[in-house]
Amino acid sequence: MISQLTLGERQLALATSAVVVALGLAMAVLGRGDLMGGQGFIVLLFGIAMLFAVMSGYYAPEPSSERLAQYYDDPIRAGIIVSMVWAIVAMFVGDWVAWLLAYPDMTFDAPWASFGRLRPVHTTGIIFGFGGNALIATSFHVLQRTSRTRLPDQFSPWFILVGYNLFCLLAVSGYLMGITQSKEYAEPEWYADIWLVVVWVSYLALYLRTLARRKEPHIYVANWYFMAFILVVAMLHIVNNLAVPLSLGSAKSYSLFSGVQDAMTQWWYGHNAVAFFLTAGFLGMMYYYLPKRAGRPIFSYRMSIIGFWGITFFYMWAGSHHLHYTALPQWVQTLGMTFSLMLLIPSWIAAANALLTLNGAWHKVRDDATLRFMMVAAVFYGLATFEGSFLAIRPVNSLSHYTDWTVAHVHAGTLGWNSMITFGAIYYLVPQLWKRPQMYSPALVEVHFWLAVAGTFVYVFAMWNSGIIQGLMWRTYNESGTLAYSFIDSVVVMHPYYVARGVGGLLFLIGSMIGFYNIWMTIRTARSSLRASADQPFAAPSSGGAMQAGE
Amino acid sequence: MFGTHYKLERHSIGLTIAIIVVASIGGLVEIAPLFTIDQTVEKAPNMRVYTPLEVAGRNIYIREGCYACHSQMIRTLRDEVERYGPYSLAVESQYDHPMLWGSKRTGPDLARLGGKYSDEWHVAHLDNPRDVVPESVMPAYRFLKQTTLRIDDLPQHLAALRKVGVPYTDDMIRNAISDAFGQAVPESPQADGVKTRYGEETTIRAFDSNPGSVTEMDALVAYLQILGKLTDAAHEPQQAQAQAQ
Repeated sequence: MISQLTLGERQLALATSAVVVALGLAMAVLGRGDLMGGQGFIVLLFGIAMLFAVMSGYYAPEPSSERLAQYYDDPIRAGIIVSMVWAIVAMFVGDWVAWLLAYPDMTFDAPWASFGRLRPVHTTGIIFGFGGNALIATSFHVLQRTSRTRLPDQFSPWFILVGYNLFCLLAVSGYLMGITQSKEYAEPEWYADIWLVVVWVSYLALYLRTLARRKEPHIYVANWYFMAFILVVAMLHIVNNLAVPLSLGSAKSYSLFSGVQDAMTQWWYGHNAVAFFLTAGFLGMMYYYLPKRAGRPIFSYRMSIIGFWGITFFYMWAGSHHLHYTALPQWVQTLGMTFSLMLLIPSWIAAANALLTLNGAWHKVRDDATLRFMMVAAVFYGLATFEGSFLAIRPVNSLSHYTDWTVAHVHAGTLGWNSMITFGAIYYLVPQLWKRPQMYSPALVEVHFWLAVAGTFVYVFAMWNSGIIQGLMWRTYNESGTLAYSFIDSVVVMHPYYVARGVGGLLFLIGSMIGFYNIWMTIRTARSSLRASADQPFAAPSSGGAMQAGE
Repeated sequence: MFGTHYKLERHSIGLTIAIIVVASIGGLVEIAPLFTIDQTVEKAPNMRVYTPLEVAGRNIYIREGCYACHSQMIRTLRDEVERYGPYSLAVESQYDHPMLWGSKRTGPDLARLGGKYSDEWHVAHLDNPRDVVPESVMPAYRFLKQTTLRIDDLPQHLAALRKVGVPYTDDMIRNAISDAFGQAVPESPQADGVKTRYGEETTIRAFDSNPGSVTEMDALVAYLQILGKLTDAAHEPQQAQAQAQ
């Protein structure tokens, strides 16, 4: 991989790694006696590892200029593998904490191993680790193909991918050590947040630079979504994370906002992290891979436009539906509910556009588990957005809020929609990127598909049941007009559903592990087949796979 | 409309600007007025700020992720008011940077927890919840009792909080360390200053039943015991009525 970089890019990579080492050192020194010090050591080790990685290939001959006629896919390959590693780690932690709610003592007697610290490891690991890496990798792929141009340089994509994973690593290790802002889905502290801004700005720059080189007059709809994902996530991230740190050597900071303003800002962020990370980004994925795999053009250009701008506009108003009946002024709650309902229109337009694209290709959906992953993802996208609008209605929310129904809704989205579309895209990409005719085992793709579907159903049904029961028990009155159940009564009733949720999560996790094995074996057979043909002059052994121009 | 878009989608910078504009409107309309409209947060002139020990306890609550399972926001619904107490007002969390309203009740709401149970109950419950509530699924926090609380950086905490708008005085910041110690060690000379600075109502107790040292358990219990008690605005009937309209 290093051998594909030019000498200048290798030097840039070395210099950047040296800066990371220096930052790590500064954090370790300034933050001695504080949790910041431990984070500094992680940054330091990360930087040193990068230095070694770059040095290992530093003296390799420079790549030929022929590469410029091809797409640059090395970071995409790395991104896919890293994404799958995060998936398995974070799903494992997720299932572990699921079992903890059924059997609370099933953990180590140590501060890092309690539910409260592990839970953000799961959410960050899945959303940012698994989802984010998959988005970065697929966006690089889609961007080049739909622009018919190569990425402008080879350093920035690596900086983005590696830098992003440093952010994820700092976040997750921080929670275990006890560093968190407590803002849901924005838990990382100020120094990690600043680092992410640097990474994210380079991501936007790379995107715009590549678009500027494009050989297609039009920017394809998938790229609109990826651009919205990059731009709006930057906006949300910066505003919601405004905070004053104790000092440069302290990991702790205090949010600039408090109380009701903070609540509104946080859920403006929280809901639009769902909208622009988990929806826009993944719709970008869907708009490219689903028509590609089905071999059909997108059903409607106009529906794409309405869907895109509807989602971009309406979503930003919907965050306040997380705060119904709270101390947030009612006019904001009402606006949030209204726009949440209107949001169903662009959401279903996007989902319908995907499903109607499959017209004429339904026989492929039947036979091909990869395409079926994408089809099921579109169905779950439609279901989850319907449920989302429904739950945003004030009286419905009075029952569902604070209960497991929210958890069911989130997982219908993340398991059914985000994971499924990602697996579909990965199964499409892996054989193509590693030059194989197909996955190592199509049968195992099929097994993964059914485990994922079964796991999602078990999980979501369990949480629907527990959530509705909880909500009803909390508001049930007996004949004398007093509350019928104590809180702990409702906890006791949850037990069987928490067990079922643990089983559903386990099914999903096993599916992902099978998927990882399948991907790994595909890569290995790709390597060995390359080795077998090593005596042929056109296969450069150091190139990590020959590439074709203009796929 | 589609013709315009046909042109727009050929300009990456145009598309970028359009996305930023379209995506900014909702947030601007909903968030900016919350800072400018006076009625958003009620007035509670007698509301006090968290003591240094309570700030430290609150940070432990944050660190351990308690907010993932406990809300601190009682909604304006009959069953919630009957179960937990008067519904939460915006003013009650005006010094909460960040707010801890929460989004999930795997355990009960804690907005009015203060004074509901004894210190001993809290210590036993945090040490192992199943000792006092056999059906509980809450994690055990055995290390809190054994961990000495870090108090040397509390002046910095208070100073940072003042920067974001909490009205701590110079006096409070200067005495943060001794106040934190004094609040958990009632017999100590430092205990007197706490009431002078934070009011007569401030609880000064050996929260973990061990007056010899200040532990994380002291801080967390001190925080849990103040929840809902910084102001009694929510208990005033006319205030509650005005809010309900």
